[in-house]
Amino acid sequence: MAATGNSARRLGRSFVNLYGREFSTSCGSGSGRSLNLYSAINQALHIALESDPRAYVFGEDVGFGGVFRCTTGLADRFGKNRVFNTPLCEQGIVGFGIGLAAMGNRAIAEIQFADYIYPAFDQIVNEAAKFRYRSGNQFNCGGLTIRAPYGAVGHGGHYHSQSPEAFFCHVPGIKVVIPRSPRQAKGLLLSCIRDPNPVVFFEPKWLYRLSVEEVPEHDYMFPLSEAEVIQEGNDITLVGWGAQLSIMKQACLDAEKDGISCELIDLRTLIPWDKDTVETSVRKTGRLLISHEAPVTGGFGAEISASIVERCFLRLEAPVARVCGLDTPFPLVFEAFYMPTKNKILDAIKATVNF
Amino acid sequence: MALWMRKSLKTFNNFKCIMGSFAMINQTSSWSSSFIQNLRNPYSHFGNLPTLFYSSGVESTTAQNQSDSSFNSGCSQQVMDFPGGKVRFSPEMKFISESPEERVHCYQVLDENGKPITGSNYIQVSEEVALKMYSNMATLQIMDTIFYEAQRQGRISFYATTIGEEAINIASAAALTTDDLVFPQYREPGVLLWRGFTMQEFANQCFSNKADYGKGRQMPIHYGSNKHNYFTVASTIATQIPHAVGAAYSLKMDKIDACAVTYFGDGGTSEGDFHAAINFAAVREVPVIFICRNNGWAISTPTSDQFRSDGVVVRGQAYGVRSIRVDGNDGLALYSAVHAARNMAINEHRPILIEALTYRVGHHSTSDDSTKYRPVDEIEWWKLARDPVTRFRKWIENNGWWNGERETQLRNSVKEELLHAIQVAEKVEKPPVADIFTDVYDVPPSNLRVQEKLLRETIERHPQDYPSDVPK
Repeated sequence: MAATGNSARRLGRSFVNLYGREFSTSCGSGSGRSLNLYSAINQALHIALESDPRAYVFGEDVGFGGVFRCTTGLADRFGKNRVFNTPLCEQGIVGFGIGLAAMGNRAIAEIQFADYIYPAFDQIVNEAAKFRYRSGNQFNCGGLTIRAPYGAVGHGGHYHSQSPEAFFCHVPGIKVVIPRSPRQAKGLLLSCIRDPNPVVFFEPKWLYRLSVEEVPEHDYMFPLSEAEVIQEGNDITLVGWGAQLSIMKQACLDAEKDGISCELIDLRTLIPWDKDTVETSVRKTGRLLISHEAPVTGGFGAEISASIVERCFLRLEAPVARVCGLDTPFPLVFEAFYMPTKNKILDAIKATVNF
Repeated sequence: MALWMRKSLKTFNNFKCIMGSFAMINQTSSWSSSFIQNLRNPYSHFGNLPTLFYSSGVESTTAQNQSDSSFNSGCSQQVMDFPGGKVRFSPEMKFISESPEERVHCYQVLDENGKPITGSNYIQVSEEVALKMYSNMATLQIMDTIFYEAQRQGRISFYATTIGEEAINIASAAALTTDDLVFPQYREPGVLLWRGFTMQEFANQCFSNKADYGKGRQMPIHYGSNKHNYFTVASTIATQIPHAVGAAYSLKMDKIDACAVTYFGDGGTSEGDFHAAINFAAVREVPVIFICRNNGWAISTPTSDQFRSDGVVVRGQAYGVRSIRVDGNDGLALYSAVHAARNMAINEHRPILIEALTYRVGHHSTSDDSTKYRPVDEIEWWKLARDPVTRFRKWIENNGWWNGERETQLRNSVKEELLHAIQVAEKVEKPPVADIFTDVYDVPPSNLRVQEKLLRETIERHPQDYPSDVPK
């Protein structure tokens, strides 16, 4: 794969690895190749198009491989009728995708940055999400998957850094999925594409190149709405998703040096989410910390916190902690201040355990 | 029909000539070099605009009236390859006029007396089809009268009539086949009627009973029928237009002999979805027909507050989409235009825009009183002098296909059938509580299963809080 990507839509700078993010959850099966996250996405898209002749990939600049290179080689392999550029218009991309999916196709739409998904908000919320319900199941657009890179990159400022997942978690009828690593990305994306419901799939763009692990070459899928315990522990439960898990993992390692045993859970699907796995863990540890990059107020962490308090009130030994983004727009030079960094998480772990 | 097609081809060949110069693709990759070359020409780059401005004086700032013959007059010798095709340079600074000297003409076949206008070219409609068209238009009028009254009596919660737009509904439907996919707004129930949706099915939806295909989830008039390729109505404006484009792309890819058709009003063309859709359709070259019912009013907003262009038809050329303006109260003109549009859309893989000029004779909906914002005289004039159903009736009567006796018979039998359907629909029970939770996803996830259980427990504790006609 040509490593010429990284071009932000309205900005163009190379990535700077400010926080030493690298994350791998390789199971060490050894059956695959070492791949970064964008290449794993690319592999999933190849498989999706190969395995279903009625699958289509479209969006801004996807024809030449996409600004993050996720669609590299697809147009050459599958032709310009199945992999194509669209006009620069997010509501058009999603609206077109709904119509395409309503005809029984797999419509895989790319929104170039999650920060630009808002023009398509109405199409996602009022149309895609309600298409099956309002027709009494006479029609559906379940074949629609909307991919969008989300999250901080170190230099993205307001419009190349946002994590808008909570907006979509308020919408019955769609699913929201966020992978944490290349292996996860491939398996989850294939599940989303083949799921009979419209899905918004946010890709952690910081990890496109940084996260590398063994990814099986074959066609495989991970179940949706199933969280995964990626590290077992006894003192506190940590819940996150996407790129933030790499930060949380580092906090876990540091906490361990202080003798605190953390259980780390990747939620993977945000709606409909796997309450049972989180509840089981919190019943064991008695403590819960949630961390996400999006602003804390109204973030999905609030929903998790409320739900677990409802279920585990008497078992909790400390208030649920949320370590999240600030309630500000995403500020360029202040990114390090805005972010839910490792030490913010570590402090919160200690405060919660010592409550 | 042959005559019509000949004329049509001539018109569009002209169109092709005009478009041809824009459609030339630069295959020599000489864009950058020719650009640099032309930069050296003082008359060909924007850096010299101030000079041109001063030397040419006032004249150069006068907008140029747009007509095909004068559009490119005064061309200089310079031609440059821009991405998308060659563009000729001009030493004159002339702005294109914001509006044409004359508004785009409106295609009409039948005059107000139902007589074909001399020299009009149209597709012949058989007696059988014509009578079905008329019967359906009359049925639509009766449905509007009776359902409107049912709403006023409090038997249904909402209704919106199609009065004044019966011809657009029925004539466009008649020119399509049932394989063509319909993405409606909400003022096109006639398309569904034409395709065989029964009085009972309409009534079931309006009364939100358990036979409503939408399971009682949407307000009255939000019809949908998979069997009739009629996608379920949403109250949102213009959101269905890009869906039609995506579906049309699927038809093209699957090489199916059908097109997608989407309807919307003049107000809908201000929504981003309209612009997105028509642009996508042009770029992807899909078989879709955009039918705009320009009825003059978006609730209380007149078109003068909606747009400053010459209506909607002119948007077509701006997006590279073939378009036509049609008298929306002339069933024959509409039938011919949609028929031709369908052929072009499918055979040439292209979108077509049809602007049907009409008037919303009814209120926006039962929640609206349009006499608060428009003169009653205006409404009455359209209702009496320009009624599309009357005009079509005159035509079939002139042909000897219809008479007063058949008219009375038709109206009586439709009225009887509809009143019966309403009585039946009213007695059918509502959809069950279980239908709240189905179809959000393909299968209810755990949170919905939990919520259903909790709701049922609440219903048992407080049955008095809930409507008794909804099965628990």
